[in-house]
Amino acid sequence: MTDAVAATIAEKVSLKEIIFGQLADRVAANVPTATHFTLTLSGEDSQFSRFNRARVRQTGQVSDGNLTLTVMQSERTAAATLPFVGDFEADWSLLKTALADLQTMVPQLPVDPFVVLPTGTATSRTVNHGQVLATDAIAATLLSPVQSLDFTGIYAGGLIFRGYADSAGQRHWFEGTNYSLDFSLFDDQNRAVKGTVAGSQWQQATFLDKIDQAKQQLAMLGRPAKTIERGQYRTYLAPAAVAELLHMFSWGGVGEADLQQGNSAFGLLRQGQRQLSPKFTLQENFQQANVPRFNAYGEVAPMQLPVIQQGQLVNSLVSSRSAKEYQVTSNYASRGEHLRAPEILAGSLGENKILTALDRGLYLSNLHYLNWSDHPNGRVTGMTRYACFWVERGEIVAPIDNLRFDESLYHCFGEGLVDLTDCQETIPNTDTYDQRSLGDSRVPGMLVDEFTYTL
Amino acid sequence: MHKLLSDVVAAATVSADWIGIRTVKDISRACAIRDAHPERNSQHFGHGAMVEVLAQGQFGYSATNNLSAESLSAAIVIAYNQAVAASAWSVHRFTPAARPKATGSYVSPHQLESIAPGELNEILLQVCDRLKVSDKIAQTSATARSHDIETWFVSSNGSDIYQRQCLVETHFGTIAQDGPTTQLRTDHGYLAHSYQGGWELFPGVDLWQRVQQVGEQAVELLYADNCPDVATTLVLAPDQMMLQIHESIGHPLELDRILGDERNYAGGSFIKLEDFGALTYGSELMNVTFDPTVAGELASYGFDDVGTPATREYLIRSGKLERGLGGLESQQRAQVPGVANARSSSWNRPAIDRMANINLEPGDRSFGEIIANIDHGIYMETNRSWSIDDQRHKFQFGCEYGRLIENGQLTRTLKNPNYRSITPQFWHSLSQVGDRNTWEIYGTPFCGKGEPNQLIRVGHGAPVCAFDNIEVFGGAV
Repeated sequence: MTDAVAATIAEKVSLKEIIFGQLADRVAANVPTATHFTLTLSGEDSQFSRFNRARVRQTGQVSDGNLTLTVMQSERTAAATLPFVGDFEADWSLLKTALADLQTMVPQLPVDPFVVLPTGTATSRTVNHGQVLATDAIAATLLSPVQSLDFTGIYAGGLIFRGYADSAGQRHWFEGTNYSLDFSLFDDQNRAVKGTVAGSQWQQATFLDKIDQAKQQLAMLGRPAKTIERGQYRTYLAPAAVAELLHMFSWGGVGEADLQQGNSAFGLLRQGQRQLSPKFTLQENFQQANVPRFNAYGEVAPMQLPVIQQGQLVNSLVSSRSAKEYQVTSNYASRGEHLRAPEILAGSLGENKILTALDRGLYLSNLHYLNWSDHPNGRVTGMTRYACFWVERGEIVAPIDNLRFDESLYHCFGEGLVDLTDCQETIPNTDTYDQRSLGDSRVPGMLVDEFTYTL
Repeated sequence: MHKLLSDVVAAATVSADWIGIRTVKDISRACAIRDAHPERNSQHFGHGAMVEVLAQGQFGYSATNNLSAESLSAAIVIAYNQAVAASAWSVHRFTPAARPKATGSYVSPHQLESIAPGELNEILLQVCDRLKVSDKIAQTSATARSHDIETWFVSSNGSDIYQRQCLVETHFGTIAQDGPTTQLRTDHGYLAHSYQGGWELFPGVDLWQRVQQVGEQAVELLYADNCPDVATTLVLAPDQMMLQIHESIGHPLELDRILGDERNYAGGSFIKLEDFGALTYGSELMNVTFDPTVAGELASYGFDDVGTPATREYLIRSGKLERGLGGLESQQRAQVPGVANARSSSWNRPAIDRMANINLEPGDRSFGEIIANIDHGIYMETNRSWSIDDQRHKFQFGCEYGRLIENGQLTRTLKNPNYRSITPQFWHSLSQVGDRNTWEIYGTPFCGKGEPNQLIRVGHGAPVCAFDNIEVFGGAV
C-alpha cells in the first residue's frame, strides 16, 4: 500500500469514528430518560482477490457497515440493524426512523426478565493500522512466485472497524488494517497442502517462506498413498487440526446457557461423570488477540480467563444475560458465549520429537467439516484433509487418502491425550461470512492414542 | 431505483466491455422465544449495490452500501481498475456472452405482508408452552423470521430485471433430559420450514399437532433403544433427504467446484467434466431436477443474479448424469451444459455457482408399500449431524428420530440414528422411491460456500426413499 492510500484510509477511519460518536450522541438526545439503548457498529473496507490455478478468478472491493440499535424500556427490548454509510445526515435519517420503529414496537413485546441494561463505565480505544498490499499489486505479488504451482485461495485485506456506545455513556472503538492469505497448493494427483499468512504488515519474505514450506510438504505427498483400514491409531494432530477441534468448544460447548439447557458436550464434565486430562488447559487470553475485548453489552472481558484448567471445567463462558437467568456471575462473555480469544496451553512434547513420540500412526495436518455425531457424549465426526501421513518407526512413510474419524472430545482431550507440543501456533480466523472476521486461536499440536477412524 | 442505476451506467466513462449494477434491498424481521421468554426481537434493513465491470476479459467488482450516484459512479471506476489490474492473470478471458441482455420480473407468491410483533411473540410463546409436554422437557425454543428482498439489475447491454422474494422461515424444537441423557427433537430440523410466501404460511393449520408430536417424541427418545450397529435397509424421510440431496448431489455437481475454484475452502468434487452425459450417478429410480420454478419453494426465482432466465432442468435422469450446476461463467470455462444458478448471498458478494431448488422427483411407491417391502431396516427422520469430505465422497449423517423396521412393519423407536456411506455406492443402492403423497419440500438459509464466504438459501423437495445395505449405527449407550 502506498503512503497516500494509507493516509486516505486513516482519514476515512477517523471520520467513521467521529460520525459513530455523533450518531450515538444524537440517539442519546432523542430517547426518553427511562429508555436505555446500545448502539454497535461493524464494518469494513475490504479487498477480496480469489485465485485458482495461480490465476485470478474473482477480484473486488467491498465497503460495508452496519449499525445495530437496541432499545430497552420497561423490561422489554428490540433491536434494529441498518446500513452505516459514514455520512452523518444519511445515517441519522435511517437511525432516527429505526429508533421510532423500535419505540413503537417495544411496548407490544412480552417482558424479557433477563434483559441486560447498560450500566458500566467502560471505555476503550484500539487502533492498529498496518501495511497491506496495494490493490494493483496483489496479483503480481502473489502469483509471480507460484506460476509453476497449482495455487488456489483468497487474499482478503483492508480496514475493519467496530464501535460500541450506550445510554450509560460507555464507548468503545476498535479498528485495524490487516490481511489474510489462505491458500492451498495441489499436485497432479489432487493432493494438497494448506498454508495461511496473516497479520497487519505484509511481509513478502514470510509469504515466500510459507510457499517453500508448502512445496516441501507437497513433494512428500507425491509418494504412493497408503490405504488405511478403519480402526484406532495413535495420531498426531498438528495445530491447525487442533484448532478445528477447538471450534467445537464454541458450538454447544463451554457456554453457560448451553450447559444449563442440556445443549452442551460438557454437561457430563460439569456433572463429574466424565473427565478430561490434567494435561489439558484451555483459556481465553486477549493478551495478543486481534479482537475487541468489549462485547455487545459494552463490557470488557478479563484479559485472561481459565476455562478448563488441568482437565477441570473451572469457568464456563457466562454472559450477563445468562448471569441474570441462572443467578451466576458474569465473566463478560459474548451474548453467544463462544470463545473469542482461545488458547490451549503448550505441553512438553518437543517439536523435533513429534515423529519419534508418534512412532507408528497418523500425522494429520488439518481436519475438515466437523460436526457432532453424539453431542451429549462429546463425540465429533469429520475428515482428515491436506497433508496427512502414515508414520512408522518415527518416520513418515506415505501420504494417506482422506479418512473419516469419529471420536469423543473426552478421549482426545482426556484419557487418550499423550502430550501437547511445547510450542503453540497462532491460527488466524479467516472466515468471511457477511464480513471479514477478527481473532485467532493459539494452540499446540497434540498426540492422541487410539484415535478412531470409521470410513 | 431503476432510473438511478440506468443513469449511472449510461454516464460511465470507463472503456469497459460490460457494466452491471445489482442492488439489493432486504427488510427482515426475526422473533425468537426460548423457555417462555423472548430471546430476540429484531428487524434488519440492508441496502447496497454490487457493481461489476468486464474489461480486458476480466470481471472486477466494487460493492458499496452508499447508493448515491456519485458513489455508484466511483464504484464503477474501482471495479474497472480491479478488472484491469487482474486482467494479465485471468483464469479465463470472459466475454459479454457471460452477461447476455435480459429483461423481466419475478415476485414470490404471497398474501400477508406483515404480522404484529405482539401477535407473533404470543404464537411463539404458545409454541414453547405446548412443547413442554412433560417435566422432562429441559428447553423449548421457537423462532420465526421473514424477509422481503427486492433486487434490481441493470446493465450496459440493456438488462433490466426486478425481482422480489418474500420469505418466511420458522422453527421450533425441544431438548428433553433425564439425568445425563438428553435428546433433541425439532420441527424437521433447524429452520427447515423455510418457504417463499407471506405470513399466511404461519402458524398454518397443522402447527399445534406438530408441536405436540415434537414434544412427545423428544421424551420418547429419552427412553428409546440406541440405533443398532448394522448394515441394513435405510429409509429416509423427506426432511433427511433434503440434507442427503444437498450434500451428495447438489454440491458435487457444482461446476465451480469441479473447475477448482472452491478447492481451498469448501472443496472439489469426485465428478469430472467428462462425466456429464456419461456417468451413471445412481439407481435408475433417481431423477433429480434443478427447479427454480416451484411456487413456494425457498430458492425459486425468475433470473439468477447475472440475469440468466431460470428454467427447470434435469440434472440426473433415470440415474444418468446429464447436467451440472454452473452459471454462464462456468459454462464458458467448462464447455458443459449448466443452469441459471449464478447467485450471491447479497449485494456485497459476487455471484458464484450455487444450488437453488434441487429436487428428487417422486416415484411410485406409497409409504406403506415401501415399509411393507422391508424385512429389516431403519427409518430415520430429521437431520441433526452432517459431515462429508471435500470431494463429496465419504459422508456420515445423523438424525433425530429413528424407527426399527421388522417384517414390513415400523416397530420400536430408536435414538441416535446415524449412517455413513460413499456417495456413488449410496445412490446406486436406492431401491424404492416414494410417490407424490410422500413428497415434501423443505429449505435452509444456511448453505455455506465461496471465498469470500456466502450463506445462501436453497430448497429441496423429495419423497421418502429406501436404500439397501447401508451401514447404520447409534450413539454411546
